[in-house]
Amino acid sequence: MKRRDFLKGCLIGGAAASLGAPSKSWAVGSFEGYPDAMGVLVDTTRCIGCRSCEAACNKEQKLPEPDVPFDDTSVFKEKRRTTEKAYTVVNRYEANDGQKPPYRKMQCMHCNEPGCLTSCFVNAYTKTKEGAVIYNGNVCVGCKTCMVACPFNIPAYSYSSAFDPLVKKCIFCYHTRLKFGKPPACVEICPQEALTFGLRSDLIKLGHERIRQTPDRYVDHIYGEKEMGGTSWLYLSRVPADQIGLDTTIGNEPVISNVKDFLGMVPMVLTIWPALFSGIHLLATRNKDHGDDHHNHSEQEGDKK
Amino acid sequence: MQTKGFWLAGVLVVLLLAAVPDTSRGISVPDMITLNTQSKLYEPFKFDHAKHIQLTKECSNCHHHTTGTLVQEPNCVRCHRNSSETKVVSCRGCHQADPFTAVAIKERDPKIYHNDMPSLKAAMHRNCITCHEKMKGPTGCQDCHKRSKEGDALYNSGAYTPKNKPAKGEHGGH
Repeated sequence: MKRRDFLKGCLIGGAAASLGAPSKSWAVGSFEGYPDAMGVLVDTTRCIGCRSCEAACNKEQKLPEPDVPFDDTSVFKEKRRTTEKAYTVVNRYEANDGQKPPYRKMQCMHCNEPGCLTSCFVNAYTKTKEGAVIYNGNVCVGCKTCMVACPFNIPAYSYSSAFDPLVKKCIFCYHTRLKFGKPPACVEICPQEALTFGLRSDLIKLGHERIRQTPDRYVDHIYGEKEMGGTSWLYLSRVPADQIGLDTTIGNEPVISNVKDFLGMVPMVLTIWPALFSGIHLLATRNKDHGDDHHNHSEQEGDKK
Repeated sequence: MQTKGFWLAGVLVVLLLAAVPDTSRGISVPDMITLNTQSKLYEPFKFDHAKHIQLTKECSNCHHHTTGTLVQEPNCVRCHRNSSETKVVSCRGCHQADPFTAVAIKERDPKIYHNDMPSLKAAMHRNCITCHEKMKGPTGCQDCHKRSKEGDALYNSGAYTPKNKPAKGEHGGH
């Protein structure tokens, strides 16, 4: 009886855990960001490709010396991406309509529901209330899962450092600026104010207002308003987003939505399965055990007799 | 931190020097304006106001509706049909030096008009560069303001140009 009570308790506990967990993760998947989260509205129609943001980022984050000067426009010949040495890069794209080519700055989008954070099993990532997605290099084990999980291909890896392998990416200048209410270095240096810093909620209204007032200037869409559950960095563009290298196939569901069903199953697997299979095993072997016991017992008794 | 200081200094100078009085009221119009005198990243430069007046002949091309031809933009006309020339026509009269302070962001009310006004620095750059593109004027950074030594350091250019390094790790990170 005691064993049966124990198994029953396990089953009830496991069922409760498996029911409770998924509902919790559904709530997480619909998180729309902290109310006072800051953001940056990137108006690509204003960018002139001067690369000042790259230079300012390099100095602010004390990154290594670049391979070529920051006023060298030959880098636009190829499409670059963020690296351990450059948390932000500007790329030039071709305009299909013969207009001047659009430029787009890329950096961490600072998702409301970051895929990197979801995927990190040591919790190295944090989404701060100011909107920044930062990481703790001290706990990072260098597994690179976040690089796979990021839908924007942002986190880079410091392969060059053999003894301190770290994932590196834009942190919204959190430690030196954002935390103190100041805009990131790239925003401050931008001569064109292609980058507008403000409350994310305000920037969305601002973006829609720009589209409404000058509809010829923009595609009627703010990239990042809904993509991947919403991002702190938002993009306005004259051409469709996919023409300036933004992935339009990622959908509006954050990464966590893809794994919440699986993650909801984990407690169930961990609690129900051991109990269930132990129970089945015990039940399956019960008669045999008892038979043996009985047999042995009677044999012993017989021997005694 | 350093760059912020640079820009603030630059912007302050621009603030002091950007005032361009109104011709129509007989106030003396400067022929030359020195801009950027205390900027750290770029050297001061002389803006030839007289030449620009000759070239464009229309004050409102740069000064919007504050002087010269008044409001014509259909969206603005809805309120400003009868608005007259303004007392202050300088850029700094309307455009803020630092639009991203905590106070400025708090006051940025999405419901009111004129809440999306570019900063002084952006207003000047966008005004100049947009027109220069149209009129085939110079558009490079150093075409207007020559970069300083500190600017060279920030951009890793000039004397601070990176020495040719081995290709190893050039595409580091992936």
